[in-house]
Amino acid sequence: MPILTLRGVSAAYDHHTVLSGVTFALQEGDTLAIVGPNGSGKSTLAKAILGLLPLQSGSISWGEGISPRQIGYLAQQTQIQKDFPASVQEVVLSGRLNHLGRRPFFSREDRRAAQKNMVRLGIDALAKRSYRDLSGGQQQRVLLARALCATEKLLLLDEPATGLDPLVTAELYQLIDSLKKEKGLSIIMVTHDIAYAVSSATKLLHLEEKPLFFGTPEEYRRSELGRRFLGGESHA
Amino acid sequence: MLELFADLFSYSFMSRAMIVGVLVALCSALLGVSLVLKRYSMIGDGLSHVGFGALSVAVAMNVAPLQVSIPVVVIAAFLLLRINSDSRIKGDAAIALISSSALAIGVIVTSLTTGLNADVHNYLFGSILAMSESDVVLSISLSVLVLLLFIVFYHRLFAVTFDESFARATGTRCSVYNMLLALLTAITIVVGMRIMGAMLISSLVIFPALTSMRVCRSFRGVILCSAVISVLCFFLGMFASYVFSTPAGASVVVVNLAAFLLFSLVGKCRRA
Repeated sequence: MPILTLRGVSAAYDHHTVLSGVTFALQEGDTLAIVGPNGSGKSTLAKAILGLLPLQSGSISWGEGISPRQIGYLAQQTQIQKDFPASVQEVVLSGRLNHLGRRPFFSREDRRAAQKNMVRLGIDALAKRSYRDLSGGQQQRVLLARALCATEKLLLLDEPATGLDPLVTAELYQLIDSLKKEKGLSIIMVTHDIAYAVSSATKLLHLEEKPLFFGTPEEYRRSELGRRFLGGESHA
Repeated sequence: MLELFADLFSYSFMSRAMIVGVLVALCSALLGVSLVLKRYSMIGDGLSHVGFGALSVAVAMNVAPLQVSIPVVVIAAFLLLRINSDSRIKGDAAIALISSSALAIGVIVTSLTTGLNADVHNYLFGSILAMSESDVVLSISLSVLVLLLFIVFYHRLFAVTFDESFARATGTRCSVYNMLLALLTAITIVVGMRIMGAMLISSLVIFPALTSMRVCRSFRGVILCSAVISVLCFFLGMFASYVFSTPAGASVVVVNLAAFLLFSLVGKCRRA
């Protein structure tokens, strides 16, 4: 039983169709890496899955027990966030917003969940620190903790390693891998890092405005496209 | 000192201005934090000019000023928000366009009817004599409404301010909260404009937020700090205006400026 099924999804951004004919199904526990060159519609697809963009055609359906409102979304950082005065705790807690319903304030349970995720990502000591004073890697952990607060099932990571140095990137990848094992999370990840995609994903989608490949990393490595793309970017 | 305070409040117009002013200072400080962080500061400025236009037309038509300007400014707020979300650069220019046009229309309407007199001056730069008894009741109820709505939606406003796409992805209807923000700002600006003046009211929105951001580290800290700073600066400004016979609105702004400079210095020293 797939948790997420896309059928012929097309989406537009600023009135330009940048994505068409995307069809795939994601099983529980899958890690899907979405790869492709810049401007190939990777982030657009992520936004379409999240319901942030209206679909031009096609459909997205969700499996039982998961709603599109319960995706842990790790977005690319915005300019506004970089100098935003908010404590780590406030940012992480805001991930529980989808649990609020009609209540105006967070419950003790919400606070406990936030605390648990901060401990899990090793940022509980930073709880009172200001988000804007943290390093890029720490900020990314904070946003990941917030994403975990929002979901039990599915993380969607949009270029999680952007702007991080290689060492911090490796740490972040380790963290994501261990979360996956521990919590049985499914993951959708938009990434430039083809080497990581091939090594850690169970499914791989190569986009260049339309899907050119969908399958396992093994199959991708053997395919013409995969050989070209992997060969061309082996230095990255 | 105490005598001076007693003196100050012995005038009924003064206590009216004080009550409304403190409430407006409080509301604008709370809203200002979100507006500044969302890069919406210009909207506050634009709205106050629109408010001036609406106010002049209302006076010319001899109808109650608050009842006319509030709906007009609320509509303008929604419009500005729409423009701003389309594209940033275009939005900036559009706000300048709308605000100067509203100002021009206001000035023309006033000069054609009552003539450019003390009234216009009062609208532009504020007057503590502006509030009538019925204005005070309406202003107080509106301010209390703004405060209540802000508190009830506090966590959602934070999420929408910090990260709109995350908030939307987890099911928060951001456009509703952006509209709420614009609505509350519009009300606050119209209510405060009479005392502070159309030219100066937007400083009440922007200054306390910027000032507290120099020093505070959490969102809640910034909110609480701006509320305190804003009310305190309003008091000090009114007090100074009484003692030195300076214009009330302008005095409040200058006190806010002083607080901003002081906090900037403290912030710099802390970081160094």
